[in-house]
Amino acid sequence: GCFVFKPSPKKRRVSYRTVSDFGERKDDSEDTELRFVTCQSLWNQIKSETEQIQEDLNKQLFDNLVNFLRRSHSEFQEKTTEWTHRMKYREIPTAALVLGVNVTDHNLTFRSLSEVLQNNVTPYVALLEAKDCPGIKNLMQKLMGQLMNCCIDVDSLEDEDYVQVSQNRIRCSMTSLVNWYDNVTKKTDSETPRKKRTSSPRHWQSPPVVVIFKDMESFTTKVLQDFIVISSQHIRELPLVLIFGIATSPMIIHSLLPHSVSSLLCIELFQSLSCKEHLSTIIDKLILTAQFPFKLGEKVLQVLINIFLYHDFSVQNFIKGFQLCIVEHFYSQPLSVLCCQLVDAKKRVNSLSHDQCENIRRLPSFRRYVESQISEKQIALLTADSFLKETIQKLLEDLYVYHENYLSVLRCLHVFTSSLPKYPLGKQIRELHCACLENRVWETEEYESSLQLARMLNKSDLVTMLQQCVEIFVSSSGKEFDETVEKLKEFLTQFQKLEAEAFQERDVSVSSQKELQKKTDLYHLQKTLLELKESRRSKKLTKFEMLRFEVVDYIDSLVRNYLVPADHKTLHEIIYFNTASVLREHLNAAPRIALHTALNNPYSYLKNQALKSDGGSISNKAPDVCIAYKLHLECGRLINLVDWLEAFSTVVMAADKPNADEASSDQVDDIIHARFIRAVSELELLGFIKPSKQKTDHVARLTWGGC
Amino acid sequence: MPNLEHPAYPAATLLHLESLVPCRESQVSMLLSIFGERQQFSFPSIFIYGHTSSGKTYVMQTLLNTLQLPHVFVNCVEYFTSRLLLEEILIRLQNCSSETEQTSHVPCDTFNDFVRLFKQAVASQELQDQTVYIVLDRAEQLREMEANILPAFLRLQELTDRNVTVVLLSEIVWELFRPNIGCFEPLTLYFPDYSIGHLQKILSQNHPPEYSLDFYAAYINILLGVFYMVCRDLKELQHLAALNFSKYCEPVVRGEANERDTRKLWKNIEPHLKKAMQTVYLREISSSQWEHLQRDEGEPGQLKGLSAHTHVELPYYSKFLLIAAYLASYNPVRTDKRFFLKHHGKIRKTNFMKKHEKTSNHLLGPKPFPLDRLLAILYSIVDNRVAPTANIFSQITSLVTLQLLSMVGHNDQLDGPRYKCTVSLDFIRAIAR
Repeated sequence: GCFVFKPSPKKRRVSYRTVSDFGERKDDSEDTELRFVTCQSLWNQIKSETEQIQEDLNKQLFDNLVNFLRRSHSEFQEKTTEWTHRMKYREIPTAALVLGVNVTDHNLTFRSLSEVLQNNVTPYVALLEAKDCPGIKNLMQKLMGQLMNCCIDVDSLEDEDYVQVSQNRIRCSMTSLVNWYDNVTKKTDSETPRKKRTSSPRHWQSPPVVVIFKDMESFTTKVLQDFIVISSQHIRELPLVLIFGIATSPMIIHSLLPHSVSSLLCIELFQSLSCKEHLSTIIDKLILTAQFPFKLGEKVLQVLINIFLYHDFSVQNFIKGFQLCIVEHFYSQPLSVLCCQLVDAKKRVNSLSHDQCENIRRLPSFRRYVESQISEKQIALLTADSFLKETIQKLLEDLYVYHENYLSVLRCLHVFTSSLPKYPLGKQIRELHCACLENRVWETEEYESSLQLARMLNKSDLVTMLQQCVEIFVSSSGKEFDETVEKLKEFLTQFQKLEAEAFQERDVSVSSQKELQKKTDLYHLQKTLLELKESRRSKKLTKFEMLRFEVVDYIDSLVRNYLVPADHKTLHEIIYFNTASVLREHLNAAPRIALHTALNNPYSYLKNQALKSDGGSISNKAPDVCIAYKLHLECGRLINLVDWLEAFSTVVMAADKPNADEASSDQVDDIIHARFIRAVSELELLGFIKPSKQKTDHVARLTWGGC
Repeated sequence: MPNLEHPAYPAATLLHLESLVPCRESQVSMLLSIFGERQQFSFPSIFIYGHTSSGKTYVMQTLLNTLQLPHVFVNCVEYFTSRLLLEEILIRLQNCSSETEQTSHVPCDTFNDFVRLFKQAVASQELQDQTVYIVLDRAEQLREMEANILPAFLRLQELTDRNVTVVLLSEIVWELFRPNIGCFEPLTLYFPDYSIGHLQKILSQNHPPEYSLDFYAAYINILLGVFYMVCRDLKELQHLAALNFSKYCEPVVRGEANERDTRKLWKNIEPHLKKAMQTVYLREISSSQWEHLQRDEGEPGQLKGLSAHTHVELPYYSKFLLIAAYLASYNPVRTDKRFFLKHHGKIRKTNFMKKHEKTSNHLLGPKPFPLDRLLAILYSIVDNRVAPTANIFSQITSLVTLQLLSMVGHNDQLDGPRYKCTVSLDFIRAIAR
């Protein structure tokens, strides 16, 4: 597969880890059980939500495909004898399905596609993958295996006389497939009265046989050509439809198939939604929503988005990453027990243990909050659990309200920034979101410049934007926005009033222009021109401009009020997951760097005090591989084994003072020799060196640079 | 033009046969004289070759069917292993002359078995007094099977000692078949390409019942005028003729022109056919979409062909990897230092040298490069630091599976894999934008 999918550890953790694993570090004072349950229920919600989104996004595509399939063999049904149908030779209906380069996501798409097809069009769907079909023989075997099994499924177990032939005994040729198809369709024909309920009327009498090639690019030309040639011979007896899953561009069909073969196909193109749009929808529905209590911090979100944009374009991986964040958050943060819907959270606050209260007191954001209080309150907060719990409830509520307001204002701001030239704050709402989370957005230069640009917007744009904002605020659940909506509506009416006034004003200017045309002598002309210029300069801003300033200032005040970064909020640690380093470690692995650290500084993994060294020197306590590795870093492309061994033995012997005189003799100890050979072969296994044919007794380095 | 004559068959049948195989009379009469009468032994093996759609398969099929000679017709592409092929021949043989219940098929793994089973099959069906014909279509596939298959088929008559003739049909010449160890030489027969006159005659023969032959022949004439330059494939032409005929008839149906008004009809159809040549013929637009367009009178512009969708969206680093691969494939190694290092040596090359280099490199095609070089170039063309993470490496393999890069030589992993960039300059330009 491409854009290789790395099974990240989180899945295993959720499914196999028991509750006890969650709290392996401490006793149950940290509500491990509750955290585990909360985590699972949250993930299940999110999972079903993503599946729903996926389904909605694919609906259009699948509908088109189903229509195509229905249409493709309508002639087969009618058995027309018309002249044109006799003369045209039968092409195989083919759908070229362009899915984009995110191959990891395709599996899911194909699975749901075949489900949709099986429900709506035909029970006979076969999914083929290139890696299973190195030759035409394997392809036919796979195809027949899948088709005949699915037919058994449909016929279900009530047909006892159905002879289940094993795959090997069937002659895998197209003729046996055709015979099978005849049998199956005839059978269902004759049996329709009996099992009207089971074999649904969704399928017609002769449903098409759909063959899906999951990864068209990876199939060898020969196999594809042979298969198409063979099946085109039988297209009159077997209503076959091909679906090519294409990751790059449909041009690949022409480069894989010669004209003589592609002329046997009747290709129609279907394009899936681009994965970037898909991601935007997912972010919109999962992250920019108050529906889920769990939130991602700025750095974490940035890591996930970067992996998507820079590396794989895979929405599945993004969701997996999101899942990892959830699990990691609930696992590592004991207070995450409060990361649930507000009503539940309030209840849970009451039953917090003393340890948990202490945990809260230790939160940096909470300490900041305490310091800002008056001294009596500080003491109460730090000593009395019950008072603390009350405060927490209030703070949580604040946080909840903050989220709701934040999202509405964010969307509103996005309406403005997304239409500015050059997009100083980003085109997508996710970029704006990241910017707002990072620090106070109104202190950034980009924000300043976008306000400047907003002050130059023309009226019609401004009005439509204001209308959009009104819609956003009206539909939002926040309670504080009634006033805002009023204010915005007032702006709108003022704009309308301006329009009326503008008419009159234009009259005035036109009249002055007319005057200008009347005056013909030079002196007067100059005078009037000067006057006009003077008036223009001195004239205060027009009413429209005033109003525009007002609007922009109002939006600015909204932003300053509501778009405070989350980490300025008290108790944000409960809801926000912000440990980006963990995520990066898991999702964006750097094997070579890890290997280098392990070999260069074994302490970092082994945690053995004896290995703690101060960089430069080579300790003889380190494992042999590490010594050999460090020595080899000092060499050039070719390494002399004898010199290497010499150096190795010097390092190893360095500590054994009593043997120093022995070491001075030429002969190297046999044991050290053996250790050296083992170390070298381990390095070879790790891929750092290989035997060289250029020079005897030398090995070649395979790496360059430090790591 | 020779009329078909043969004492063994009734004249009416021969006349019918002649009407079915226009422009191939001489070949058919040749075959007939080789075949002889039903009970006569014929030549053991006949090799027929000719270009695509020169009527080889069609002529053999009609000949054997009209004269009702016992025969087996097998396509070698379809039965891709020798076992499948041999078994298929035996099954067909059992079916072709007897209406008895289908006997369970016997496995036939070797040619030896085949000879034995063949004798049985022929004996049981009382076919001894007739020549049995085995026609192997697309016989070039036989070369990929076991070495003994082809020579054995050529001598099947001798091996089985039965009255059987094997006919091989192929698009390539016999010289490419002849095995090293030598074999029985079959009788070779060449089917020449149809000339434009032949095509005209054959195509207009199948005119639609509601229009006259002359009207259709005029249409075919126009069609050939447009397409003959690019396509001489009879099947393809027939397909195109059927696709576009309704458009040709339009003025007649609407009553704007009568059937004789060839000039008007030509004006109507010619641009349409030219458009068809650029789209349907190249399979840019499928034929059903084309028909749809014709019916709806839509602009073909709104329906983009397959090659219009060339743009491929790639992740950020994949783009850079691909660009780096392109640079590595087309730039000679010694220029790397000059192009990708900040403090490179002085440029000593003359302009003339550079120009010469550039053209030849693009003509020579991509050169393989090691992985290390690819990464080095990548690091120098990406602005910020790139960590060599697993994601980067997996993207390289991804590009290989997407066939944008190709791996050269599948030797030892430790040797450092070598790649080639397979995309064109235009593609890289589109990506780099």
